[in-house]
Amino acid sequence: MEAVNLLSSNKYTEKQIGYLFISVLVNSNSDLISLINNGIKNDLASRNPTFMNLALHCIANVGSREMAEAFASQIPSILVAGDTMDSVKQSAALCLLRLNRTSPDLVPMGEWTARVVHLLNDQHLGVVTAAASLITTLAQKSPEDFKTSISLAVARLSRIVTSASIDLQDYTYYFVAAPWLSVKLLRLLQCYPPPEDAALRSRLTECLETILNKAQEPPKSKKVQHSNAKNAVLFEAIALIIHHDSEPTLLVRACNQLGQFLQHRETNLRYLALESMCTLASSEFSHEAVKTHIDTVINALKTERDVSVRQRAVDLLYAMCDRSNAKQIVAEMLSYLENADYSIREEMVLKVAILAEKYAVDYTWYVDTILNLIRIAGDYVSEEVWYRVIQIVINQDDVQGYAAKTVFEALQAPACHENLVKVGGYILGEFGNLIAGDSRSSPLVQFNLLHSKFHLCSVPTRALLLSAYIKFINLFPEVKATIQDVLRSDSQLRNADVELQQRAIEYLRLSCIASTDILATVLEEMPPFPERESSILAKLKKKKGPGNLPDIDDTRWNVNGSAEHSEDTESTNKSPPSLMADLLPTNRPRPASSSPTLLSAGTMGSSHPFTDLLNLNSTPSAGASLLVDVLSDISTPAPITVSEDNFSRFVCKNNGVIYEDQLLQIGLKAEYRQNLGRIYVFYGNKTSTQFLSFSSSVTSSDTLKTQLNVHAKAVDPTVDGGAQLQQVVNIECLSDFTDAPVLDIQFRYGGTLQKIAVKLPVMLNKFFQPTEMTSQDFFQRWKQLGVPQQEVQTIFKAQHPMDTDVTNAKILGFGVALLIGVDPNPANFVGAGVIHTKNTQVGCLLRLEPNTQAQMYRLTLRTSRESVSQRLCDLLSDQF
Amino acid sequence: MMRFLLLFSRQGKLRLQKWFTPMSEREKKKIIRDMTTMVLARQPRSCNFLHWKDLKIIYKRYASLYFCLAIENQENELIALEVIHRYVELLDKYFGNVCELDIIFNFEKAYFILDEFLMGGEIQETSKQMVNRSIEASDMLQETMEEYMSKPAF
Repeated sequence: MEAVNLLSSNKYTEKQIGYLFISVLVNSNSDLISLINNGIKNDLASRNPTFMNLALHCIANVGSREMAEAFASQIPSILVAGDTMDSVKQSAALCLLRLNRTSPDLVPMGEWTARVVHLLNDQHLGVVTAAASLITTLAQKSPEDFKTSISLAVARLSRIVTSASIDLQDYTYYFVAAPWLSVKLLRLLQCYPPPEDAALRSRLTECLETILNKAQEPPKSKKVQHSNAKNAVLFEAIALIIHHDSEPTLLVRACNQLGQFLQHRETNLRYLALESMCTLASSEFSHEAVKTHIDTVINALKTERDVSVRQRAVDLLYAMCDRSNAKQIVAEMLSYLENADYSIREEMVLKVAILAEKYAVDYTWYVDTILNLIRIAGDYVSEEVWYRVIQIVINQDDVQGYAAKTVFEALQAPACHENLVKVGGYILGEFGNLIAGDSRSSPLVQFNLLHSKFHLCSVPTRALLLSAYIKFINLFPEVKATIQDVLRSDSQLRNADVELQQRAIEYLRLSCIASTDILATVLEEMPPFPERESSILAKLKKKKGPGNLPDIDDTRWNVNGSAEHSEDTESTNKSPPSLMADLLPTNRPRPASSSPTLLSAGTMGSSHPFTDLLNLNSTPSAGASLLVDVLSDISTPAPITVSEDNFSRFVCKNNGVIYEDQLLQIGLKAEYRQNLGRIYVFYGNKTSTQFLSFSSSVTSSDTLKTQLNVHAKAVDPTVDGGAQLQQVVNIECLSDFTDAPVLDIQFRYGGTLQKIAVKLPVMLNKFFQPTEMTSQDFFQRWKQLGVPQQEVQTIFKAQHPMDTDVTNAKILGFGVALLIGVDPNPANFVGAGVIHTKNTQVGCLLRLEPNTQAQMYRLTLRTSRESVSQRLCDLLSDQF
Repeated sequence: MMRFLLLFSRQGKLRLQKWFTPMSEREKKKIIRDMTTMVLARQPRSCNFLHWKDLKIIYKRYASLYFCLAIENQENELIALEVIHRYVELLDKYFGNVCELDIIFNFEKAYFILDEFLMGGEIQETSKQMVNRSIEASDMLQETMEEYMSKPAF
């Protein structure tokens, strides 16, 4: 309150302190905000430039939504008014820019925009600089409205670059004319394609040439500030040339200039040259020119003292690589990897793996490279890399024999990395027969070699090796007895690890009872994998692009796949559950997708005992018959038109009963993968008589039709008494949605027509993919999603007992990854996931804060899309 | 756009902080810790630029003080380096051969100068004379006020 009084004071010192206090200490939802706003309003209207500046600074410093609401319409008029002082104009332009960044929807575009553009012609260079910042930001959002700024910016730029250094008085910085403004103008021009008007275009080209020429002139001062300012303009000009990507001569000149910098004395310039050459390498005009510098770059990699410069060199090598120089570059990177800094090793491994794959002319070279990679930097070779080499070997017939031979030789080394054992086990298991002809690598030798590594490996690797052994039994009947002995030993059959024990038992039984034919079918060579984007590339993108949430988290699937049966490593990724049962009927829950629901059903102690049973069955049809048995004694009458009763129960789980009356019971079992979903609907006839002319279809509202594709398969028109009918509904999510489709069912029972409508529990959160992230990543993302509309928060009373395990299970069931140890308060729950729709992917972060004393929760959701935040918040808030 | 500017000593003591986007206290603490450890660990004569998350960090050492400025990814590094230098010049001009103690004891002046020079994460006024003139003007205003206040009332 005292601060507000100070603010309204007429004395400068008091006002200044008042503003300082408010800028620093007042948060946006304070009660005082209206009083403060009033004070600011008075100052803005005061026509005293000092007071106006203080007020504008305060708005820019606080920058809250309330302030934007109060002043966003007033500031543009101050900015373009003819009688405003220059310094106030500058503040107003930047203040408006700030408000536009925080609440773009509140800053109205209007006739002032045209007049803002003309500020580029202002006499006062400070005003022009501030205006250029504002226009650049606005032009990025609505390029059309600010098109006229191109010609003004070019004109201004041309006047600056041709001016003698003294013309601009104090705006000349160490003999460079207005470097800040030049950079700003060049940035503004990067919002647009090259100007269409020929005269304008040639004028711009002239400017750029002048800037490039100036770089060749002897420096006017020995000070580093002079060269920095000059080169800042030069680099920005090069950025514009690269952005336009249309003038081959300029591009080549830019490239040559950067080439000079590569050998410059200044570390900063070498760093920047490497960095901007990376972008230059992707232009078709200059790619060749960039390639001529390959030796310098490789040299930089070897001799540069500063790790961040070496990192840029690696980036550039990666960018300039093509078929002609791939072998050289990959070889250089491999040799550098041996003593590279630990911080960049993992990224380098990914890059080498990608380059080797992308530019492999013959696959023998590829296999050699990857094996070398594992040898040199095994610890940094992530799962994706070795999965990928296996994928490629399986898909390329001609390389299989070579690969088998090479891994066999590599495994001879006394100490080899575990990843190598994995690749070796897998490849020999599949293609060991191709080298078995040679007595030096006879089946027994191969087996003994693999088994000699067995005891040194971790559990997943051992599991993989066991699978390789059973494959050996199929490939080489002569070693069957040896392998059976190994499987039969106590260390396998009584292994403390359930997975290993189970495998040993199952494989042993399989090898004893199955005939050769069956063995050959079950253990057949893996079919080729469908071609798809390399998962390594996705991983690299994820590492490099921190701005958006990771695309697809392949790792989770792969890990689970290999833990189940190594043969399934990749196929689990895409295919329906039937594939899971391909090798052995293990009667276990499917690993990845059903475990969260299993957990929720188990810990929630829900009113539906059969959900556990359902989950434990590996195929839907088996689940179906069970459903009937268990359900036949339960009956809850609920005859209504559109039933929504059980709808909300399905938010955090996928299976259960959605509808039940005296005649009919409808059970659901759903599975979702990315933006696709499939629901198995089970109609159980609870009576002893037949239902006739049974039909069921799915209808959606008109809006929903554009957001969700739902397709229900046709069903039999009759359902016998006590029997059950299954219907498959396929769903594709196109964009985010709030509504839900309705299942319309009609049938005749004892002569009367029965109509039932049930809301299908298809909610947005079903299309979640959980995302694991570290707390650092989490808070960074959280911050990035800081625009007020992106956040939805609600506080609600707990409807169920507040049990941590139950809540954990519900959050997992909701579809997000539960992040442990992210929130400093261990009582809070934090989750992250990505919603997959056909059109977009929406990253989502959530936080749930329980207050056990008050029996309340506070739920906060941040996503990049307002509608998504709102919908998810609505869905989740009535679950607790 | 600039995101924040930090000044800290060789011992990692923070001397001035300016945030251009709203941030919670905890985030600020974390960033300050990250910056000091990262920048102080750099070898002499390394380059002045670092990548940190999705930002570029531009730092420079003047005597015992490190100036550390974070800019967005597409911004120009060299010009940011000169932003730092221009700020040092402004401080120098105002204090006359500025040293760390000047900033410790007259931190509010350092902030006012910064406010005149930068606003909302963009450069407001690049002319040294202009900034100095407005700083002097407000100092004048302040001093006349003080004089006015200390006069005995009739």
